[in-house]
Amino acid sequence: MSRYIVRRLAFAALLVIVVSSASMILARLAPGDYVDLSLPPEASAEAKAQARARLGLDRSIGAQYLEWLGAAIRLDFGRSFLYDRPVRELIPGRAANTAVLALTALAVATLVGLPLGVVSGSRRGPLSGTIRFISLVLLSMPPLLTSLFLVFVAARTGWFPIGGIGESVLDRLHHLVVPAMAIGLPLAAVLERLQAQAMGEVIGAPFVLAALARGVTRSRVVWHSALKPSLRHVAAVYGLIVGSLLSGSFVVEVITAWPGLGSLMLDALRARDIYLVTGCAGTGALFLACGTLFSDLALGVVDPRASERVQEAA
Amino acid sequence: MSSRIGAAVLGIAIATAVAAPFLAPHAPGDHADRLLNAPPTVPHLRDDSGAWHAPFIYPWQLVNQLEQRYEQDRSKRVPLAWLSNGRLVASSDDAQAPLMLLGADSFGRDVFSRVLFGARLSLGLAAVAALGAMLLGSAIGAAAGYIGGVWDDVLMRTTDFVMVLPAIYVALALRAVLPLVLPPRTLFAMLAGIFAVVGAPFIARGVRAIVRSERRLDYASAAEALGASDARLLTRHLLPATRGFVVVQITLLVPAFIVAEATLSYVGLGFPDPIASWGTMLHDASSNLRVFADFPWLLSPAVAMFLVVFSLNLVLQQAGAPVVYNERS
Repeated sequence: MSRYIVRRLAFAALLVIVVSSASMILARLAPGDYVDLSLPPEASAEAKAQARARLGLDRSIGAQYLEWLGAAIRLDFGRSFLYDRPVRELIPGRAANTAVLALTALAVATLVGLPLGVVSGSRRGPLSGTIRFISLVLLSMPPLLTSLFLVFVAARTGWFPIGGIGESVLDRLHHLVVPAMAIGLPLAAVLERLQAQAMGEVIGAPFVLAALARGVTRSRVVWHSALKPSLRHVAAVYGLIVGSLLSGSFVVEVITAWPGLGSLMLDALRARDIYLVTGCAGTGALFLACGTLFSDLALGVVDPRASERVQEAA
Repeated sequence: MSSRIGAAVLGIAIATAVAAPFLAPHAPGDHADRLLNAPPTVPHLRDDSGAWHAPFIYPWQLVNQLEQRYEQDRSKRVPLAWLSNGRLVASSDDAQAPLMLLGADSFGRDVFSRVLFGARLSLGLAAVAALGAMLLGSAIGAAAGYIGGVWDDVLMRTTDFVMVLPAIYVALALRAVLPLVLPPRTLFAMLAGIFAVVGAPFIARGVRAIVRSERRLDYASAAEALGASDARLLTRHLLPATRGFVVVQITLLVPAFIVAEATLSYVGLGFPDPIASWGTMLHDASSNLRVFADFPWLLSPAVAMFLVVFSLNLVLQQAGAPVVYNERS
């Protein structure tokens, strides 16, 4: 087990390093730089050259990358051109906002999707049919459409505020509703469908029939005996879900003006603020790495065979 | 049953996209400067006195310039002109009372016509990108599965890596490397290429697994024993076995690509404004804060997108395709 964890940790570290290095190099390779975009077009070539020298954009990609890498090891991730502040100070607040949003969305998805999946997977009839249909509708509404729809509803009814994150704790929760639902509901549909499928398979297993034959009540069989073995399908995709939470939060942050990592990265990309782009990408990769690590361990708990399998494959 | 409805809606969507120049009352760039954000013009059959007429519309009259509020001018009936100027239907007085079935956008352009023309770009891009992902993914998968060894390791580890990353960020990063302003055709090709790269790993993994297992079967050995070359064995025998898998994957990728185009255009990194795509239309709509409360028709591209993705899902569901965890969207 410990070897397995070490391997996963190594992969996590590799992920963060490769993603931040790649985004640094890609951002630097992009045509046009911060100086071109921020100085007025009539600025003289001298002024531009001076600005480049000041920001360190006059050096080669290789030299700049090595210097960044050297500083990054000492946890200095450079200075944002756009905000004129160290990247290290800009990221934590935004990252916390994204984490709050993503975790709330995950909670919504799990609390709504899993129980409904157990219900629709373990019985037939109109209730299951309705759940299935709603899931299919939500599956066809990625966060882009869900958030537009929810913002539309919120603007019409005035039930929920849109934009910003609010002041007090209660106000924050109120602001969280629209963005968290926009990411959470499509995910809930995915989990519902997966759980229903897994439940259907487990219900057909001989041990379920045996339990029923011995007189255990139906609801106890479904919610107790059959639930745990059916959970491993969902546990297996939790690692992938982190990726889609980040993807979803990007769109939703832009549409609902939630000040998170995604909208910060978009601003940085547009302005060619290379250190900030790199910082955002690296933090995102860190989230991703933690998420995959966590889901690998969770899968090991729900399905002990999985960690051995992964170990063999790795 | 539901899969038939899905297939029908899809068919209609594709047909309207192809026939857009005939079905749309206006060209995507036509704009009526008097009618910024005007509401939809609804065709009527009866006038106020209760008399029946051939379909006609009432022109919009601006009542409040600042709030952009309009009222119907019930005194004038403008009949519709059918099959004139190579269009199915248009207003007989296009200059004064244009037919705008889904209202006008903030430039006074006909939203209905732009949704139809946008479908060409959005659906076309998704289709071309899915084709590209299929070619690229099959090539990678076939190479990895057939050659095996180090190549297999390198290719599969790379695809694993790309699959772990959130797709929209990969697309964003690749898009950001290209110049911000590009001619539309180049942009179309570049975006299709980016989406193909992002989608290819999902196809490559499955194709590799199928090629590997099929290769061990008797028919493959027989073909090899009969002297079939590697290329022949692959293209005539092994790759056809992946057909079913690839078709399902493509139906999963197409909706993801439609949404990806919309997302990129929405944040301003996709197609630029005068071009009509569903994403640029949403981008334009989002620039106006009153869209949600006062001009909901500007969100029609979102509805169109939902209908297409939903009908694709209906078709897939009925075809018994497994619920594949679809991270790409």
